[in-house]
Amino acid sequence: MNVETPVADQPQARASSVGEPRLPFIAVVGHPNAGKTSLFNALSGARQKVGNYPGVTVERKSAEIGLPGGGRAELVDLPGCYGLEPRSPDEAVTRDTLLGLMPGERRPDAVLIVADATNLAAHLRFALDVLRLGIPAVMALNRMDMAARDGLRLDSMALAQRLGIPVVETVAVRRRGLAELLQALEPLLALPTPAPLPFAPADTRAIGREARNVAKAVTLAEGQGRRSSRRLDSLLLHPLAGPLILAAILFLMFQAVFSWAEAPMGWIEAAIGWAQLQVMAVLPEGVLRSFLNDGILAGVGAVVVFLPQILILFAFILALEGSGYMVRAAFLMDRLMASVGLNGAAFIPLLSSFACAIPGIMATRSIAEERDRLTTILIAPLMTCSARLPVYAVIIAAFIPNRAVWGPVGLQGLVLFLLYIAGIVGAMLAALVLRRTVTRGPAPTFLMEMPAYQLPSLRDVAVGLWLRATAFLKRAGTIIMGVTIVLWALASFPAAPADADRPAIEYSIAGRIGSAIEPIFRPIGFNHEIAMSLLPAMAAREVAVAALATIYALDADDENTDGLVERLQGSWPLPTALAFLAWFVFAPQCLSTLAVVRRETGGWKWPAFLFGYLTALAYVAAGLTFHIATALL
Amino acid sequence: MTASTLDTLAPGACARVTGFAAGDSRLTDRLLELGFDEGAEVEALHRAPLGDPIAVRVDGSVVALRRALARIVLLADAR
Repeated sequence: MNVETPVADQPQARASSVGEPRLPFIAVVGHPNAGKTSLFNALSGARQKVGNYPGVTVERKSAEIGLPGGGRAELVDLPGCYGLEPRSPDEAVTRDTLLGLMPGERRPDAVLIVADATNLAAHLRFALDVLRLGIPAVMALNRMDMAARDGLRLDSMALAQRLGIPVVETVAVRRRGLAELLQALEPLLALPTPAPLPFAPADTRAIGREARNVAKAVTLAEGQGRRSSRRLDSLLLHPLAGPLILAAILFLMFQAVFSWAEAPMGWIEAAIGWAQLQVMAVLPEGVLRSFLNDGILAGVGAVVVFLPQILILFAFILALEGSGYMVRAAFLMDRLMASVGLNGAAFIPLLSSFACAIPGIMATRSIAEERDRLTTILIAPLMTCSARLPVYAVIIAAFIPNRAVWGPVGLQGLVLFLLYIAGIVGAMLAALVLRRTVTRGPAPTFLMEMPAYQLPSLRDVAVGLWLRATAFLKRAGTIIMGVTIVLWALASFPAAPADADRPAIEYSIAGRIGSAIEPIFRPIGFNHEIAMSLLPAMAAREVAVAALATIYALDADDENTDGLVERLQGSWPLPTALAFLAWFVFAPQCLSTLAVVRRETGGWKWPAFLFGYLTALAYVAAGLTFHIATALL
Repeated sequence: MTASTLDTLAPGACARVTGFAAGDSRLTDRLLELGFDEGAEVEALHRAPLGDPIAVRVDGSVVALRRALARIVLLADAR
């Protein structure tokens, strides 16, 4: 299934501006924390096009912008980097684009270099490296407000003279300096693009010395050097208080994801239910009605119902990123991640996976080292995503007595907590093993600049949410829809005979597959009904609940699961129920996740491996649970 | 004048970078890119829980790095 539509897919003749009326191309470059994305957002708003560079999983963010003189230009936000010696696929895209070597991409007509005024020497190093390439350039001296607050004064005129390019003071989050920036850029675009200079790796030490000299020469007053950030860090990075504050923030975030999303998720389910009723009112019972209701509408619902959780999760992540706290969270978590061979940067993608593995896997793009990234992708599905909750809820309600264990802690809540812990521990052990086998490589390291804290801008959060929500709906949406429709067909055809004495699904292809795989699952305590539910649950784990309801010939559309709980209590032994829970902790019961892994790793090899190892893990875990429980109970 | 390495610099202490222990030149390049060149003044700021990684001020930036990496940065007392 091919769902991606990369915008930069058409191979284009490179850098030949002759005869082709194409918009001038401005590349935005800078350190990862220079405020580059804020500036790009301020210049382009939500009119951004997000695509993929061919062959690599790096996003290409571009926007068409108007210039003060009436012209137009294409602005491209290149991945942030510390130098032109690439250390990740992201950074290679930046270097290759600037050198005119990026397949399918023109050489930029101008570069907009974003530098953080509060950290000039460091950012000048990268700027000097870029200027060696001979592309006409303008520098945005960003975060001037924070510099002023710290008493730091810079002579931007002198800086422009030293660098030989226009320097414009900006405050991207407050939209200050944007008009001047575009005014400075426009005349550069009229110049003929100079022939590319031969590229040789920079003498990093010489560039560093020059950067420091220039920074010293243009600094009028040193100021107090990020005094407020240092104060905040002494609290937020405190060995004791720091982790506690991080835990509190995470708790708040999860609380928000699960409780604030409840109401909108209810509305979405109600809206889908209403639409299904309309279909039932208009169409007679038959294949078309079933297709619209159980195929299309159920498919749309399965996608959209996760949107509130994902939006809340991303709002938190974007705000934390924008404030500069995310790097600190990675700093606090790095030691723990290192103990299983991962990097602090894997923390955020894994955190996102508690809502849904798909945005989590998409977020691994920020991990520089390829082996680290792959390991993170392979363990992300072990984080307990919200689609597991309905399954856990039904089984726990049916089999775990609702009694207090200690104070306000109930046995049911404790079991749910243990299921989360089992997923986390499983992921950590898997990472440990993977790093020593299939993703073995050089020991990961951790090296990041920590930006000054700042209030995240509402616009950056809003633009980020919009882009990620549309990306999720497009990518996950098409996959989940497709999968739901295919599984609907498998569960609906062939239809049951008129004198059927068993539920219709038993006669379908899905039912026959379920019966065929049943012997495989007997040894781990699964019964006929469970085997039947596993295939439909590949659409999304929570579908297992509806599938079981159908198989037990209950009304599947009934919101109330009490009926199912009673049926299960009567027909499953306790060891079987526990084995079923263990299965869902590990099993790769989500085709959408597998499809996203294929997309992010560029082939079927890793999704196939993921499916294999998680299935094996789930089988062993469920089997052990069943036999131990049988022996003990 | 005492020589040491960046991983042992106590939080709050300042020192000057004098060079790099022999090793992977790509790691040296990355450190140079972030401002750890010979002569740069560094100040140890924070240690993460369990002592690793560390946060270091170098010129105007704060850089977080693992101690294994900091070990290759050679220091001399500032002034």
